[in-house]
Amino acid sequence: MHPNEHAAHNPDFLWRNPDPKPSYDVIIVGGGLHGLSTAYYLAKNHGITNVAVVERAWLGNGNAVRNTTVVRSNYLRDESAALYEHGLKIWETWGQELDYDLLFDQRGVLNLIHGQSNLHTGQRNTFANRLNGIDAEVLDAQSVKEFCPIVNISPEARYPVIGGTLQRRGGIARHDAVVFALARAANRLGVDLIQNCEVTGFEKDGDRVTGVVTTRGRIGASRIGLVGAGRSPVLAAMAGFDLPIQSSPLQALVSDIVEQVLPCVVMSGAVHVYVSQAHKGELVMGAGRDPYISYAQRGSFHIIEDQMAAALELFPIFSRIHMLRTWAGIVDVAPDASPIVGLTPIRDLFINCGWGTGGFKATPGSGWVFADTIANGTPHPLVVPFSLARFETGDLIDEHGAAAVAH
Amino acid sequence: MLQIRCPWCGPREENEFHYGGEAHIAYPGSDADDAAWAKFLFYRNNPVGAFAERWTHVAGCRRWFHVVRDTMTSEIRGSYLTTEKPEDAR
Repeated sequence: MHPNEHAAHNPDFLWRNPDPKPSYDVIIVGGGLHGLSTAYYLAKNHGITNVAVVERAWLGNGNAVRNTTVVRSNYLRDESAALYEHGLKIWETWGQELDYDLLFDQRGVLNLIHGQSNLHTGQRNTFANRLNGIDAEVLDAQSVKEFCPIVNISPEARYPVIGGTLQRRGGIARHDAVVFALARAANRLGVDLIQNCEVTGFEKDGDRVTGVVTTRGRIGASRIGLVGAGRSPVLAAMAGFDLPIQSSPLQALVSDIVEQVLPCVVMSGAVHVYVSQAHKGELVMGAGRDPYISYAQRGSFHIIEDQMAAALELFPIFSRIHMLRTWAGIVDVAPDASPIVGLTPIRDLFINCGWGTGGFKATPGSGWVFADTIANGTPHPLVVPFSLARFETGDLIDEHGAAAVAH
Repeated sequence: MLQIRCPWCGPREENEFHYGGEAHIAYPGSDADDAAWAKFLFYRNNPVGAFAERWTHVAGCRRWFHVVRDTMTSEIRGSYLTTEKPEDAR
């Protein structure tokens, strides 16, 4: 009897579940979105298909499905704008390319402005974006109300909304679909996706890495890419180098399912919350990260209370909505709030981490540039400024101001 | 919410405190090179397990002190004065 006979509507598996081979051309450590994207582009763009992605738990368990699904590219610095815009351009046709409906929806990302200094910062960001060819505009309070009618722009509010900045090409996508699409696409191109396979050490020959030691045995590799997000410092320590990364919980929550009321993504750095509405109807909210370092994938509840208070301030009609569940992902934040992508002090070992509180949007661009970096053994031009060396040279890329809220 | 024991005020809720990152970071010597400055300014331990860190009781006595906390279980193993350095405060 066919195992699916009594479940005729169950779809086929989207990827094989192979045992590890003795060795690969490239091993990607970390089966999150950036790891899957890297493996996909190694195969697609560079013809390197003898690739394994080794994942500690299962695909779609970590930050891949813990993020708040916001996609945008309106970063302040030239280096960041180029990197994130490269990713956003891929998003715009990625669903067709991967032949999967990612529910990528360019509904606009609206950042609210609550005071004069807030206004000046918003204008500065907008003008910087435009100089970099990224769509951005400044709205007054009435235009904010027209774009997003449920925002409270009353001057009686504690922190009145006086305007906003808008990236119309920004929006949201369905993060589960991105996991499914990338895993299926990488699998079809020959990549081995190896789950329940935790890396416990690295094998080295002199100054070069030659393989990983895992809970499923030793696996050799010509080149290895670390894409461990919050676990990156742990992996780096095993490999024998340091990363200037701090790992903290970033919490988010969803409400119960309601009618579509929120037509765009709304962020407010001043009252400290960001909100969007999933296609299914839940309101998705996030705020600042918990301040302390942690690997616990849970945070303190007063952070949730504060972000809901902020959301109510902006959207009084949310007052009767219930919180359905909360969770946290462990975010890896560098001192300048920018990613670290490129070479490591160990030959044939490459690093891609530090995407911190904003990694989801970077999924296609990050995989693209990291696959190129691994394939050529030298940093892709877009990530040259994002080297580990910048913390020694002082050539930082300060993007603390670009986050949706202060993290 | 974490419950943190201030050495002067006793146990209080986390939102009375402000976080100060890793404890026991020594200022580099006058002969420090760029690499040593990078370590001092930007590199911090980020272990799974016991971690010694600084907190300040901003809504209380406003004094700084140290805590050893487990970064996986969130268990707080104890608080101590900045002049002390217990065994598990690596």
